Amino acid sequence: MSATDEQSAAPRGGTPTPLGFPEPGPPRFRSVADVRDRLAAVGYLADDGIAGVVYLADRLAKPVLVEGPAGTGKTELAKSVSRVTDSQLIRLQCYEGLDESKALYEWNYKKQLLRIQAQRVVSDAGSEAPPPAAGDGVTGETRTGVAWRDLEEDIFSEEFLLARPLLEAIRSTESVVLLVDEVDRVELETEALLLEVLSEYQVSIPELGTVRAERIPLVFLTSNNTRELSEALKRRCLYLHLDYPTLERERDIVLTRVPGIGAELADQVARIVRSLRTLELKKYPSVSETLDWARTLVVLGVESIDAEQAKATLHVLLKYKSDLERATKELTAVDTKA
Amino acid sequence: MLDVLTGFVAELRAAGLPVSLTESLDAAEAVHHVPLEDRDALKYALAATLVKSATHWKAFETAFEVYFAMRGPQYDIDAEEGTAPGRPDEDGEMPPGEGQGRQGGGGGEGLSPEELAEMLYRALMNANEAQIAALARQAVGRFAGMEPGRPVGGTYYLYRTLRNLDLDGVLERLMESARHDAPEGRLTPLEERLARDEFQSRLDRLRKEIEDEIRRRLVADRGTEALARSLRKPLPEDIDFMHATREELASLRRAIHPLTRKLAVRLARKRRHGRKGPLDFRSTMRHSLSTGGVPVDPKFRYPRPAKPEIIVIADISGSVAAFARFTLHLVHAISSQFSKVRSFVFIDGIDEITRFFDTADDVADAVHRINTEADVVWVDGHSDYGHALSVFWDRWGDEITPRTSVLLLGDARNNYHATQSWVVQEIRHRARHVYWLNPEPRAYWDTGDSVVGEYAVHCDEVFECRNLRQLERFVSELA
Repeated sequence: MSATDEQSAAPRGGTPTPLGFPEPGPPRFRSVADVRDRLAAVGYLADDGIAGVVYLADRLAKPVLVEGPAGTGKTELAKSVSRVTDSQLIRLQCYEGLDESKALYEWNYKKQLLRIQAQRVVSDAGSEAPPPAAGDGVTGETRTGVAWRDLEEDIFSEEFLLARPLLEAIRSTESVVLLVDEVDRVELETEALLLEVLSEYQVSIPELGTVRAERIPLVFLTSNNTRELSEALKRRCLYLHLDYPTLERERDIVLTRVPGIGAELADQVARIVRSLRTLELKKYPSVSETLDWARTLVVLGVESIDAEQAKATLHVLLKYKSDLERATKELTAVDTKA
Repeated sequence: MLDVLTGFVAELRAAGLPVSLTESLDAAEAVHHVPLEDRDALKYALAATLVKSATHWKAFETAFEVYFAMRGPQYDIDAEEGTAPGRPDEDGEMPPGEGQGRQGGGGGEGLSPEELAEMLYRALMNANEAQIAALARQAVGRFAGMEPGRPVGGTYYLYRTLRNLDLDGVLERLMESARHDAPEGRLTPLEERLARDEFQSRLDRLRKEIEDEIRRRLVADRGTEALARSLRKPLPEDIDFMHATREELASLRRAIHPLTRKLAVRLARKRRHGRKGPLDFRSTMRHSLSTGGVPVDPKFRYPRPAKPEIIVIADISGSVAAFARFTLHLVHAISSQFSKVRSFVFIDGIDEITRFFDTADDVADAVHRINTEADVVWVDGHSDYGHALSVFWDRWGDEITPRTSVLLLGDARNNYHATQSWVVQEIRHRARHVYWLNPEPRAYWDTGDSVVGEYAVHCDEVFECRNLRQLERFVSELA
């Protein structure tokens, strides 16, 4: 055994909970099977991996980083979990240029100005004292000093705080599912904003102090993998890679999500999509596109697909001309060996 | 359990996965929450806490299979069998009609090879998973011819087993009978394709069962740690271009697509941010009016960095073909980040191949056309850098401008021809940069017929570029 083993084996006696770490609250799920069944009840078919990670996230009070190709149900997972746990879904859509004031909190500057002006009016009318000018609060007179301190305490109180998604999720007393969507779109530096929230479930506001979570929210971060996320972020999360589903699961998804589809058609759809994914394409058909295609076929009144119908509707599945051409060729060409 | 876990984490680290201390603590905690007898649940719990990148999944899976191979109850019997090779034993759990082949021998007991093949065919036809698994075990026992104590990773055993099973033949038989069952005695092309994919996936499952079985027996034979060491494979980004096997090349191809996307995003971002333009005096003065004429907040011009022009000259002779292919692929996939990309390939003759990339949507297509259509052989099809470079200079030398960066790719193994290194010197005079990327380890440079040193004196820099990680780093610095 090397030195690294010794290290990881060291805290054998169970780690003490860090001081001030908020109460996780009652567990939301009883078991992995419970997760799977309840998700299935709202129409999200989770496989063992997905259900297991969601269950662990709840038990370990850790955020889940969901990565995978577009359209495999990453966002849908968070939505479904919020539905089965009766939680409010708070969503933070990430984009380039996202900053603190959009993600965490912002002082309601206009309201603060109004408050100061109101103060001035009140004190003018009341005592004819010179209004405290911003910036030199400490004048010789104690009275103005006190008034200024009162005002400062007043305008930096929760009343003037605009909670943005992250703070909102922390402050909520209800059960909350926080979805940080497409986290790979923010710059590397902005990721740091998330770290405090994700590991300690708290937000530090210099003027106000630290806001701790009343109840630990279930956090999902999704990423399309357009860039490598920082180690610091990954370390704090459980990792779930959502790939294209297996044939059986995809068929079941089609059956639950597309009303009025026959079992035979669903099976064919899933099979054709699997065959398409074995080709070398620019963009593989995603689950959502599979569903779109199945719906299209149902609307067209197709009971069972033949090559012609497949060719005519393939553009729902494939979005590049070269992909379409290749797929048509592969699916309809007579096999040379046959 | 904790011992197994720490050993497992150490193995992951040895395989190159960055597992931090907190992550291993998380794993230890996660294990408390899953039923230990459920192997899949354990696997996902460990994966969620320890593996944070999809490309590392394969390495994790291999390590997991080795470390937790025999801890499932249904495998106990196999383990015993593995430790006592040559002893025929009974196995009540197997489906009826199963005899146990003696391990290590062609075995005259139980089923004949024909019967085994027949049962396998039927199990595949009906997609009977339990039976496929049982037959996989049977096949390994019969055909692999495993020798206890040999320090091998099992690929050879896998090959021997598969050769005896003749899976291609089985696939054809399955297809035959599918055609036979069809209403008119034949399938439409679409049905044909779907049936083939279905059978293929069942065969893949069989193959995986066989691999698992071989691994289980190897673990029993040689112990967890020894086997984990010989099974350890480099991560896709660490695979050596020059010595990649066919499977590794496939995994490289899969890895390169997300990589190009990442690179393009990163470069575009770098171009927009990060670099500040020169001071915009007018704008600074205008803004200083609000601070009483004091230029508190200096303004800068919007940065417009010039996009470099790239000329790639690549050796595509056998030894370095894979490397050239990946580099061309990468450079063309992010060609939007350059103002112009032109590429040339040579062995002893040289040909421009930019047109293949212009007309084909698909880089893979273009690479295929390079292999078939480009005119790169002049005399004998052995690398001749000197001749190729001087032809390049005569025909295209004038097109190098001060904005051009020239990339030369190859191992500079010149088969003792004249080097003509003056060409590189001339290019250097005219171009902005000249870089040489060499896929050979630095220690091999200038040994044997390698003349990279003679070219190197005329290049801005020579890089060792043996794997995707090094290639990625170079390209991101280039743009």
